[in-house]
Amino acid sequence: MSAERPRVLTTGAPKTGLLAPVVAVLWKDLLLESRTREIVTPILVFSLLVIVIFNFVLDPNPRLVSSVAPGALWVAFTFAGLLGLNRTFALEKERGGMEGLLLTPAGRDLLYFGKMLGAFLFMLVVEAIMLPAFSAVFNLPLVEPGLWLVVVLATFGFAAVGTAFSAMAVNTRAREILLPVLFFPVAAPVIIAAAEATRAVYAGDAFADYSQWIQLIAVYDVIFTVVAAATFEFIVSE
Amino acid sequence: MTLRVSLLGLSGALMLAATAMVFLYAPTDAVLGVSQRIFYVHVPLALVGFLAFAVVAVCSVGYLWKGSERMDNTAYAAAEIGVLFTSLMLITGMLWAKPAWGVWWSWSPQLTTSLILWFLYAAYLMLRAYAPPGETAARYAAVLGIIGFIDVPIVYMAARWWRDLHPNKVLGPLAEDSALEPSMLLTFLVSMLAFIALFSWLMVERTTLREQEIQVERLRYAHE
Repeated sequence: MSAERPRVLTTGAPKTGLLAPVVAVLWKDLLLESRTREIVTPILVFSLLVIVIFNFVLDPNPRLVSSVAPGALWVAFTFAGLLGLNRTFALEKERGGMEGLLLTPAGRDLLYFGKMLGAFLFMLVVEAIMLPAFSAVFNLPLVEPGLWLVVVLATFGFAAVGTAFSAMAVNTRAREILLPVLFFPVAAPVIIAAAEATRAVYAGDAFADYSQWIQLIAVYDVIFTVVAAATFEFIVSE
Repeated sequence: MTLRVSLLGLSGALMLAATAMVFLYAPTDAVLGVSQRIFYVHVPLALVGFLAFAVVAVCSVGYLWKGSERMDNTAYAAAEIGVLFTSLMLITGMLWAKPAWGVWWSWSPQLTTSLILWFLYAAYLMLRAYAPPGETAARYAAVLGIIGFIDVPIVYMAARWWRDLHPNKVLGPLAEDSALEPSMLLTFLVSMLAFIALFSWLMVERTTLREQEIQVERLRYAHE
């Protein structure tokens, strides 16, 4: 491959190597987000609002908190993730960025990984800010490495399938409503597993008691990352 | 033409035979009573529904591999019929659950998975309806057909573990699956064959119709 790669990026991104396209796409999305703040900021505010609303509608009885809080947390996370995923390809669509990406000689699976890692990181940033706020208002422990692992793995699973569906939904009519309709049934195992593992963490269970849920999410992540990367070329081909 | 007519005849005859056997031949269940007879409709609906979604998955892989329109039409037809059968399966299941368990719904692993399955393929049909028509819709649908099918066993796994943690106490007599009476088994098999024949007939009809729809679409574009 002697073709010159487009040098649109200012600094930081390595320009050679097998994974260069992944880093380039990821870097582009991070740079765009750092200048526009169109994803992280609105979603963060939205998610905080979801948590506030949950506090209003749920019984604030402290004894019940540990049983209802995991549900509130994962509803907030999945909705936040969904909003982020809706934006993943919105800019590419509006400003013709997708054509630019497809003109590069990079493998479609590498483009997928670039976009997916971007979506994953944006969700993770939002969650990293939400989790302390959530723990504060529901009065729950924050320093729980088991919970952090669940959050990271589940978010990766959301990004893995969500990126593929987002690339489809952006080209359809009724795209904002179609993405959740596609995403939720496929993400159901992750949502079940994450909520159950979180419940176990807040109940004070040992890691061994909920590690099967973590395994389930990890297996899901591996399977759907591979499937989505392998089929991505059929989604974006023109 | 002859295939369509013979499949229609076969499924009609088998349906009549199965209905007669369900009401006249099969004995009344000792524990569940008359309501158990819906079993001969409910279970074949479920199994043929799964078969339809397996056809969707296989044809989706085939379509992405070879790009043949025929595969795509088959997948589309199977998805539509699968959603129809799964809807009927959920409805007959709820009708049966009320007398058998005392509730319309229980979050057992099978029910949870069936419901998610229904949502998955309802989403598949919506994707096909809203995606840009033609080849794009076919590609998107094929990817979802594959992802959805892989998702089902994982959903089942999650639902089973979830269920272990939150046991539903409503499950009554159906909990223990005893072997079927020989006459019940025979009725079930005839009913199963009837639904497979019905599925095959609907598949042939729907695929043909779909091919004609595409042809009309092409002729109209050519005309304009």
